[in-house]
Amino acid sequence: MRPASEAELAEMIRAAAAPLTVQGGGTRRLGPAGGAVLETGGLAGVRLYEPGALTLVAGAGTPLAEVEALLAGEGQRLAFEPPDLRGLLGRGGISTLGGVAAANAAGPRQVQAGGARDAMLGVRFVDGRGEVVKNGGRVMKNVTGYDLVKLMAGSRGALGVLTEVSLKVQAIPEAEATLVAGGLAAGPGLALLRAALKTPYDISGAAMAGGAAMIRVEGLAGSVAYRAGRLQAVLGGDWQVVEGADSAALWRDLRDVAAFAGRPGAVWRLVVKPTEAARIAAEAGGEAVFDRGGGLIWLLTDATADVRGAVGDAGHATLVRPLPGMTAPLLPPEAPAVAALTIGLRRQFDPRGIFTQGAA
Amino acid sequence: MDMPPPSSAVLSRRPAIVAGLRALLPADAVIDDPAETRAYECDALAAYRCPPLAAVLPRNTAEVAAVLRFCHQNGVPVVPRGAGTSLAGGSLPTADSVILGLARMNAVLETDYDNRFIRVEAGRTNLSVTGAVEAEGFFYAPDPSSQLACAIAGNVAMNSGGAHCLKYGVTTNNLLGVTLVTMVGEVVTLGGPWAETAGLDLLGVVCGSEGQLGVVTEATLRILPKPEGARPVLVGYASNEVAGACVSDIIKAGILPVAIEFMDRPCIRACEAFAHAGYPDCEALLIIEVEGSPAEIDEQLARITEIARRHNPVELREARDEDEARRIWLGRKSAFGAMGQINDYMCLDGTIPVSALPHVLRRIGEMSAEYGLEVGNVFHAGDGNMHPLILYNANQPGQLEKCEAFGADILRLCVEVGGCLTGEHGVGIEKRDLMDVQYAPADLEAQMRVKDVFDPKWLLNPAKVFPLQASAARRAG
Repeated sequence: MRPASEAELAEMIRAAAAPLTVQGGGTRRLGPAGGAVLETGGLAGVRLYEPGALTLVAGAGTPLAEVEALLAGEGQRLAFEPPDLRGLLGRGGISTLGGVAAANAAGPRQVQAGGARDAMLGVRFVDGRGEVVKNGGRVMKNVTGYDLVKLMAGSRGALGVLTEVSLKVQAIPEAEATLVAGGLAAGPGLALLRAALKTPYDISGAAMAGGAAMIRVEGLAGSVAYRAGRLQAVLGGDWQVVEGADSAALWRDLRDVAAFAGRPGAVWRLVVKPTEAARIAAEAGGEAVFDRGGGLIWLLTDATADVRGAVGDAGHATLVRPLPGMTAPLLPPEAPAVAALTIGLRRQFDPRGIFTQGAA
Repeated sequence: MDMPPPSSAVLSRRPAIVAGLRALLPADAVIDDPAETRAYECDALAAYRCPPLAAVLPRNTAEVAAVLRFCHQNGVPVVPRGAGTSLAGGSLPTADSVILGLARMNAVLETDYDNRFIRVEAGRTNLSVTGAVEAEGFFYAPDPSSQLACAIAGNVAMNSGGAHCLKYGVTTNNLLGVTLVTMVGEVVTLGGPWAETAGLDLLGVVCGSEGQLGVVTEATLRILPKPEGARPVLVGYASNEVAGACVSDIIKAGILPVAIEFMDRPCIRACEAFAHAGYPDCEALLIIEVEGSPAEIDEQLARITEIARRHNPVELREARDEDEARRIWLGRKSAFGAMGQINDYMCLDGTIPVSALPHVLRRIGEMSAEYGLEVGNVFHAGDGNMHPLILYNANQPGQLEKCEAFGADILRLCVEVGGCLTGEHGVGIEKRDLMDVQYAPADLEAQMRVKDVFDPKWLLNPAKVFPLQASAARRAG
């Protein structure tokens, strides 16, 4: 099934007699398969782009690459730098805007600019009843009624099929520089990242991988040089300064968790209180890549145990790439009161249980 | 302004209801003397007033839960109230409802600079959140103009913005977690001191839900290191179009000021008469502020003034010191006071795409002549949030209604050009009846279905946000 329009999609959902599995580019696993596949590729196309207003509106089936190329042509980008996890997940396909929104995807700049949900200004979607719903719009300041844009962001397809997404975009800064310090253990390295994030020098990336701490600053050329200098002075120690395209390459690899691509083992994604990151990674075992100043941990492990024991109540964990036979739930378990609200919302938006994603 | 008629069943049981509340709370936390409940009869939308059945001022989450549970059992509507600063009537009660005020819950519960968050009781004022962390060089970014008085609870309910939001986002972008009490008295924790919520973004839908999904008693807020400094530049133009083009060019050049404020001629004249800040008499005024070290500020302002000059300003004024910076802001910051001195005024807050500004200002000028009411416009040019200030005489019969009709026409225009009804103040009661200008029935139904999940009996602030006919069946219970 591949609707060519929102109206056709609505009709298909109304007529559906059995569960549907919504598929954008097939680059992510947002829920169990098993239903009739409904492809979103026909719901593509940029509808509006105003660089001077930092606004872009596009069909949810639009390839992310197409959006990024269009923005780059005007010296702009998506601030939240959505990752390309195909290498990590061993998947092919082409990422779509709807998939990015449904997964609330975000890369290292989330530490400064937020995730997809913080850049989304509006959505259109078709819910499980086959009703077309719009929420938000195309302006940054919008508190008219409830914020269903946030509800749809990261909902993994459980509440409806996105047909259109409005985004706030960002100008690509004139310069970027990354401070790199190697040979660090997790504890001290993460402490340096946290110290950097407490300075007024506007950090847009703070990560640790392979014993190296990386701190990124972006902006006008003079400002970047100044802040890189001030950070070195404040943090002390030996730092290498990597600039321009070389800096960008470092962060692309980190964004896409290149360190784990093609390697065997289970992959977990932990969102934690940053001061707990080193302890949690040590207890969970395996190999860790730390992002967001320690607020995000990617873990590669050949153990089949559920790492949520190590996380405790200091955050939550998602099993992104399980080993065969692992029984740990993929998604973080919910407290009973929260689970009741989640079930209630899924029932309201998808009373017939049309979307298989909702079952995860 | 239509409000649902109070339930006679509830009104007739008033003594028992008050007694029941008194059994749950300390004596001074229950207010039922008519001389005292009048203090809760309205918020900052003072044109509409109705004393509640009673007001309660709980001191902790357990007391809030007990009150809600009791009211739920007795079918009594509850209207949450932060500081009562809402300009949209968000905490206007009906005669059968209980005002649940959070003013006594204002403690700081935890500050954590290593993890960059502060956890507070939701009745704490916005500015005092920054107050709690500024000694360590931090601040809480969302800064509505009412920040001296407004409460975090209200900020969360309305998803408040402020002058800093172009760079730092609004409340929802700075809110990490809440403790929420539902109408049945269940305490729910959403989010926490980490960067992302798991599962459905319930925190994101609670923020901006205008006190209709639950009562927020505690909030975990992101705190940020204070920038080294800030400085404004003032630019005057002979036309709104040119001012708009200048803003667009600054944004396209990749500079992100912390604020871009626009004022039109009527507003400039009123401010100048009141504050004598030395503003030029021109059609459009921009105040652009940037942050950073002195050198970084110089670098950004050099780019900005170069762009500004390309558009032939009638005035371009940089601040050479603190005092000059203060004077640049003086007029803008006294704008509302200046307009208020001329007359009563109604402040709207529709949002428009920034490119639509010249057209919208022209249309507002035409409508001003048709209605015979003067308007001054303040505009957050970076994010499109407009504040038309309509002058009227409250003492003259019919003027309030004329003013409201004019305001409604302006908001319809905002939606028509691709914007929205409200960028900061929320719907409350003020824009309830305009919701179907922006949203189709299916859009409103989807939002109401969310409330059906959190508050199936529709007892929590039921008369707000949705047109009364749209919510009627649900409120009837």
